[in-house]
Amino acid sequence: MEATVAQTGTEGKTWGGGNKPLGASYGKLMMWFFIASDALTFSAFLAAYGFSRFKFIDSWPIADEVFNHFPFLHGVDAPMYYVALMTFILIFSSVTMVLAVDAGHHMNKKKVTLYMFLTIIGGLVFVGSQAWEWKNFINGTYGAVETRGGQILQFVDADHERVALADFAKTLPQDRIEHQPSNGVWYDADKQTSASFTVEEITKGFEANPNILVRIQQLDENGKKIVLSREASLAKLENDAVTTVEGANLTHNEYGPPLFADFFFFITGFHGFHVSMGIILNIIIFFNVLIGTYERRGSYEMVEKVGLYWHFVDLVWVFVFTFFYLV
Amino acid sequence: MSVNATLNAQDQHHDDGHGHHHKETFITKYIFSQDHKMIAKQFLITGFAMGFIGILMSILFRIQLAWPEQSFYIFELLLGDKYAPDGVMTPDSYLALVTIHGTIMVFFVLTAGLSGTFSNLLIPLQIGARDMASGFMNMVSYWLFFISCVIMISSLFVESGPASAGWTIYPPLSALPEAIPGSGLGMTLWLISMAIFIAQSLIGSLNYIVTVLNLRTKGMSMTRLPLTIWALFVTAIIGVVSFPVLLSAALMLIMDRSFGTSFFLSDIYIKGEVLAHQGGSPVLFEHLFWFLGHPEVYIVILPAMGLVSEIMATNSRKPIFGYRAMIASILAIAFLSTIVWGHHMFVSGMNPFLGSVFTFTTLLIAIPSAVKAFNWITTLWKGNLQLNPAMLFSIGFVSTFITGGLTGIILGDSTLDINVHDTYFVIAHFHLVMGISAVYGLLAGVYHWFPKMFGRMMNKNLGYAHFWITAVGAYGVFFPMHFIGLAGLPRRYYTNTAFPYFDDLADVNVLITLFAIMTALAQLIFVYNFIASIFYGRKATQNPWNATTLEWTTPVEHIHGNWPGEIPSVYRWSYDYSKMNKEETDYVIPGQDFVPQHIPLQPNEDELSH
Repeated sequence: MEATVAQTGTEGKTWGGGNKPLGASYGKLMMWFFIASDALTFSAFLAAYGFSRFKFIDSWPIADEVFNHFPFLHGVDAPMYYVALMTFILIFSSVTMVLAVDAGHHMNKKKVTLYMFLTIIGGLVFVGSQAWEWKNFINGTYGAVETRGGQILQFVDADHERVALADFAKTLPQDRIEHQPSNGVWYDADKQTSASFTVEEITKGFEANPNILVRIQQLDENGKKIVLSREASLAKLENDAVTTVEGANLTHNEYGPPLFADFFFFITGFHGFHVSMGIILNIIIFFNVLIGTYERRGSYEMVEKVGLYWHFVDLVWVFVFTFFYLV
Repeated sequence: MSVNATLNAQDQHHDDGHGHHHKETFITKYIFSQDHKMIAKQFLITGFAMGFIGILMSILFRIQLAWPEQSFYIFELLLGDKYAPDGVMTPDSYLALVTIHGTIMVFFVLTAGLSGTFSNLLIPLQIGARDMASGFMNMVSYWLFFISCVIMISSLFVESGPASAGWTIYPPLSALPEAIPGSGLGMTLWLISMAIFIAQSLIGSLNYIVTVLNLRTKGMSMTRLPLTIWALFVTAIIGVVSFPVLLSAALMLIMDRSFGTSFFLSDIYIKGEVLAHQGGSPVLFEHLFWFLGHPEVYIVILPAMGLVSEIMATNSRKPIFGYRAMIASILAIAFLSTIVWGHHMFVSGMNPFLGSVFTFTTLLIAIPSAVKAFNWITTLWKGNLQLNPAMLFSIGFVSTFITGGLTGIILGDSTLDINVHDTYFVIAHFHLVMGISAVYGLLAGVYHWFPKMFGRMMNKNLGYAHFWITAVGAYGVFFPMHFIGLAGLPRRYYTNTAFPYFDDLADVNVLITLFAIMTALAQLIFVYNFIASIFYGRKATQNPWNATTLEWTTPVEHIHGNWPGEIPSVYRWSYDYSKMNKEETDYVIPGQDFVPQHIPLQPNEDELSH
């Protein structure tokens, strides 16, 4: 009996116990702490990216040259246009998510349904766009030649405009060898067999076109890639070139150091994985909204929780975008 | 039965959903349990099983170090013909044993076994909650831990052997299967196991944090919490902040190993071939690893500190000295732990200026650590000491923490560290300061809360034998290591016989191994005591140690929901031991030298501010 009368001495205090000091349910708090944790995973990746980029500070690819595609505009130099669009779409999906959460506060099932649907569409468009970006990056644009030391040689004309391999390389007649499983080139993993041109063909074509110069991956003091003189270009190509590189994968990258490609695939891939998970969560919640689970529960807090996650994923993209595309 | 009956009667009165008693089957009660007390026991027993394996491994490689390349039947028996031909341990199996010993002890025993057990057991009981915030996620956390244990153990049985690149798994050694057999499938399993481990740690920690934030009972303000809760709470926060970075490192290492990226690899020439990897940096891995790795040692030691603080106050019959200073030190240690990782990398070619920054931040940790050490000693001062096994292990903890901490000052200083880097001096340091200390904390906790976990008492005399043999043995193992380390003996070497310079140290290595075997055997006393007491121990009373905290107000028999009636409210801090009444004539409650937290302020006592 005494216990019910006695004062604990902490009545009315925020942290006095018996209440929720941060005014949030445990589920929402868990989501916040999960986000803190996941943010550190991404921070580690981006810190690693910074560390590695600093190591190659004099030869890092110029983002404007790498990401310059736009759908249906082939051959048009559109640096950053598409990534700006997809970033806008992702951020807009955050806006629709906010509207869904707000509609949830007003227990407006119709509006929650609509805005959740729009959010899911935005997410799907973003993931699709990322896949398209990957495709362009993997296929490459102009092609390049890799040297013995793993450096990249690109080709430019007299105005220092980029020239694709196909524009000048000669096609040398080759005797086709009939392959048996025992000597088939496809069993020889070291030889690159899929390239459109061999190094000899490129060299021959280069010799025949006096206007073309070699651009190396190092940057000059103005942040522009260094272009070699015609003589130096010829010497470099004849002495050092070993393989043709078209596009980028985890070991070769026509735009510069392979680490750029490694980090690009890994970080955007990890982010894309997060977006995909977010879409799946959103779809689950969307169907729960449709069948009225939250209407019956009397609270749309689940929408708020996935909303937190969705905003976090968008925020991460802002950082990824900044580090890969802007700076 | 009667307890259950009262519980059911009370059920209608409180609105907390956790209080409802469901019919439980064997599976929901003992296997997929969502009751925090059962999950705590699951963590403890799994941790002990892993600890048994980890300690056994250390004995095996200690035998090799004492009598290098000699034939032993036990090697043949346990390692088999391939890993110990004719009973002689191969270098590869030595490296594998060292690696898995480190991994198991640091992560599976002292992280999951220690904080997993006591966070689960004590957080709801001591803050006055019916269970964790999410019992389901708590269960998931344990079962992920179990899966990661199974994967780690299964890596011992793959053909190329388990991971062997040291528990720090530095690339390029760990990244290239061509380099050592242990970097093959064993390393892949190691990484998968750790990724799952990180997931369980995250899920568990989220639960601990929000439970402490949201589920404290009425009156349980943050400054009335027992120090155990503070320690476990902050441990969980450190875990949430640092483990994801290990996940990053592990994922990137998986990419390097299995998908051909070059994050940590560059310019490698192996078995007559140049590898395609170019541009990466192994130092990057060290940074990422130690950004977790250093906070990890505080994840290991903070729970032990919390348990010891509580046990020492109870068994000194005195309030803990400097309660708020203790909290501040825990927070300071947690903060500093994230900005000192570079002291593991002083010899990695780090810029000496950066080294001096890390030296500075590292030495700052000495301040909160010393505050804690002095507070424990002053808590003992003039106390009415109850020297039961839990108390002995707590005092042992303070002893080893100080001994190991002093050498930390040497290792934290870049100029001094270079001389002893990667020697047995380092082994001695970290085994004393986080290994033995944390194990003492764990054992103290088990002796102290055994009655709460199993409703029975452990045998005191066996406890004394266990403590004294362990205490002598542990110092016997690690004290001589300081000297052989100063003499230059490098760690991780399979044998030192190739260097005549080290011949003088051979006898010391034999001595260390003998102590190690003795200490390991003493743990069997504990294992016997533990198992026998579960079934045949003396029945515990509700509050066997006359402690003030809330867990001793719950009935001895476990019920889901912890308290049969309403959750008690809290009216005072958790350290009202030997508090006198206003006239200083007697204790506040006459004849009883402690006032539990749920007792309201009495008319004859002053309210003190702590």
